[in-house]
Amino acid sequence: MSTVIFRTIAPYLSALMLVFSVFVLLRGHNEPGGGFIAGLIAAASLAIYAIAAGVVEVRKALRLHPLALAGFGVFLAGLSGILSAFVKAPFLTGLWVTFTLPDGTELALSTPLMFDIGVYFTVFGVLSTVALALEEDDEGSV
Amino acid sequence: MQSVTDFSFLLVALAPFFAAPLAPWITRFAGHHAGWVLAIVPASIFVTLIGFIEPISLGGRARIGLPWIPGDALNTNIEFSFYLDGLSLVFALLISGIGTFIIAYSGGYLKGHPHQGRFFAFMLAFMGSMMGLVLADSIVTLFVFWELTSITSFLLIGFDHHRQAARRGAIQALIITGGGGLALLAGLVILAFENQTWSVAEMLTRAGTMQESPHYLAMLLLVLAGAFTKSAQVPFHFWLPNAMEAPTPVSAYLHSATMVKAGVYLLLRMNPVLGDTVQWQTILPAFGGLTLLTGAILALRQTDMKQMLAYTTVGTLGMLVMLIGVGSEAAIAAAILVLVAHAFYKGALFLIAGTIDRETGTYDITQVSGLFARMPVSGIAAILAAISMAGIPVSLGYFAKEEVYSLLADPGWREVPVVIVALVGNALMLVVGLAIAMKVFFGAQTQTPKAPHEGPLSMISGSLILGVASFGAGFVIHDFGRLFVVPSVTAVRDLLAGNHLETWHFAPLLLALSVVTWALGALAFWFLDDIRTQLRRLAGIWSWGPDHGFDQAMFGLIRSAGWITRMLHHGRLEIYFVLIFVALALVTLGPLLAQGLPPMPGIPYLTFYEWGIMVIALMGLFAVVVGRTRLVAIVSLGVQGFAVAVIFILFGAPDLGFTQFMVETLTVVILTLVMTRLRLEHRDTRIFEDVVRDGALAIIAGAGVTVLLFAVLRNPLDTRLSEFFTETSVALAHGHNIVNVILVDYRALDTLGEITVVMTAGIAILALIRLRAGGQRTGAGLAKRAPAPKKRAGRAIRTPAPGSAGA
Repeated sequence: MSTVIFRTIAPYLSALMLVFSVFVLLRGHNEPGGGFIAGLIAAASLAIYAIAAGVVEVRKALRLHPLALAGFGVFLAGLSGILSAFVKAPFLTGLWVTFTLPDGTELALSTPLMFDIGVYFTVFGVLSTVALALEEDDEGSV
Repeated sequence: MQSVTDFSFLLVALAPFFAAPLAPWITRFAGHHAGWVLAIVPASIFVTLIGFIEPISLGGRARIGLPWIPGDALNTNIEFSFYLDGLSLVFALLISGIGTFIIAYSGGYLKGHPHQGRFFAFMLAFMGSMMGLVLADSIVTLFVFWELTSITSFLLIGFDHHRQAARRGAIQALIITGGGGLALLAGLVILAFENQTWSVAEMLTRAGTMQESPHYLAMLLLVLAGAFTKSAQVPFHFWLPNAMEAPTPVSAYLHSATMVKAGVYLLLRMNPVLGDTVQWQTILPAFGGLTLLTGAILALRQTDMKQMLAYTTVGTLGMLVMLIGVGSEAAIAAAILVLVAHAFYKGALFLIAGTIDRETGTYDITQVSGLFARMPVSGIAAILAAISMAGIPVSLGYFAKEEVYSLLADPGWREVPVVIVALVGNALMLVVGLAIAMKVFFGAQTQTPKAPHEGPLSMISGSLILGVASFGAGFVIHDFGRLFVVPSVTAVRDLLAGNHLETWHFAPLLLALSVVTWALGALAFWFLDDIRTQLRRLAGIWSWGPDHGFDQAMFGLIRSAGWITRMLHHGRLEIYFVLIFVALALVTLGPLLAQGLPPMPGIPYLTFYEWGIMVIALMGLFAVVVGRTRLVAIVSLGVQGFAVAVIFILFGAPDLGFTQFMVETLTVVILTLVMTRLRLEHRDTRIFEDVVRDGALAIIAGAGVTVLLFAVLRNPLDTRLSEFFTETSVALAHGHNIVNVILVDYRALDTLGEITVVMTAGIAILALIRLRAGGQRTGAGLAKRAPAPKKRAGRAIRTPAPGSAGA
């Protein structure tokens, strides 16, 4: 599987896919996309990198265990729901804050966005965990 | 009814819970002196409660309720409420007063134990639960605290969790008292609905109405199941001696003075509501009397001091239940006196037994004697407590015993047998008191595992004060009766009881009965060794009992669980899949065949590129079936999936198509990895019959899903929901992508649940993969820094070698 071409291109490809996954995540509320799909793309990018460079490299680059990312995701999603308690709204009520940037564009931050980022991290983390754990044994005793 | 308006007793119930989390922290700084520090909590509760004694004895009551689940209907309006009257005051005083000594004692008893802080935390949590239980007004509050006492008791019995016997005792206590708690819950809920109130205080005001209810017997039996299991009545008595695996302060506090009395408290509390019927007056004395005799006889069989005390506790609990069953004013007064006297002398004796064990290293009564010279303070305390236990004038136990015998003043078909059983029981329990006070402290000094000397102040103060109290209370028995017995009887019988207790009095009949008790007891004490031998021989013949039955039941439960698991979870993936697809075929095709098949749609009008995609999907499927290696099959399945994704996009579901693409990609990657991981054969090695079976199953299940979809499409789609989402997604949720808005806003709670499941599944998969890989070789963290731990492990093996440590 690891041809020279693949090994050379894989880092760029997975970097591109990671950036793309963030793009898909952020556009999700209005265009096709969202946390789930973005998480899948990010996990696929890691899988590609792992096939090309080996699991050890991926883990080194990640620094955290991917399951920790998944845990962080669920935590973030839960937290976004609790925030509504501060305005005495029911759990998971969407809250919106809109800023106007210096160049005139509007930036809308919201708890649904935070929630979606949580979904992104969960999907990304769990699938990477599974993929990396399965690939690890592929390489024999590392 | 006077009312005491004071909110401080709310704090009284909850203060131990506030102290419990601080206990480990205090212990870290103060060491075993933390016992003295933490004893301030029950001591201050006790002092606060003293302020209530006078108003309560004048007929006052206090009630405080906080809204818990507010509502209009009965089943939704639940309060967190507390109620204080004569009965709950006596219990609360016992819990906090004895608790003070127990906490201080634990400081000395567990000195140097690595988990002493945890022990204090459990003890305080238990104390809070017990306080809450006896002060609870709302039935829900009562039940919550009732279960909390079971749970904290479980933690305390199993405190030395490295010992198998301790774990067994803890589980047994939890299952029996917890199971009884469930019955109690059912009984209390029926009671609440019959009464149309959750408040015990309100139920007490309409005493006597429940007895005519058609559900009376059900309520009675369920409540009794709760009380009998908690208070260790036959045939549930066996958990209490096994609970003696707990550290001795726990035995003294939970399993003698307080928790086991919770069932007695409940029966006293429910006496006006459920009592005064033939059923009540038959069931309770019968079980109580049987328990009294069983406990007293089994106590004689033991040589372990804690076991002897445990069985006499069972006996006393039986006596209390018997007296409550009789239910007359005199019987209730006798029950209160027995209860308080027992808490004092049994608490003292348990603490002394613990001190003896700590000083000599044994609980065995045949191993120690002549300790008085070495441990004079404990000896005096033991003698005082034993005097009360034996009922010698003018100790508290004497009045308790006389009060029981005074039931004969109004002899009926209940009173006479009750007094006879009580007399025999008293005589046998007297033997145990004598054995501990006389055999242990007098006679020739024997060699013990450790050289004994007097225990530290923290350990002897509690037993001495309790011993003095159990003897000295007799001198102030008139005031004792006025302040504690009369208010309790008033609370239970709902009439102002009279106080006839006098220190110096003469009643020939009662004295004669006492003399008979003493004579019987002395006789039994004289022949104690012979009786014990005979009882043990009897036990050897008839070895099956509820304790053994409990083990068999638990063993059977585990066996049947194992059998069901092996049946369903045999580990053969093939069969799982066959089952899943057979079920799918049945679920989809079954109802459709019964109702008739939907009409087949005609060939749709499609453009050429749509046809092209269909052909690609079919080719993918064809390749799956004819593919020679598994890798080809997996990739071909991906081809089909991609074609479907394109169809989604063409028909206006970009989100779905998008997701399908990613899912297909990752499915192929992960399936390939799994295949290599499991080291499957590259080729499909199924025999022909299996291929036919699997193929047929696949076609049938596929046909089922297809026909189901046709059937669904035959009906017009209900578009109300999608219209609602289309209209409101921008206005309410500020988003144009409805799919995403539904996921993260409208149905966010569902998504939250789903991602939690996804994460849990991830953890499970990781665990399974690691398990299969055989331990930590492929551990995630290890891959990164594999060399370092190896070195460390090597050093760790070398260092403990003798000699190198000193170098």
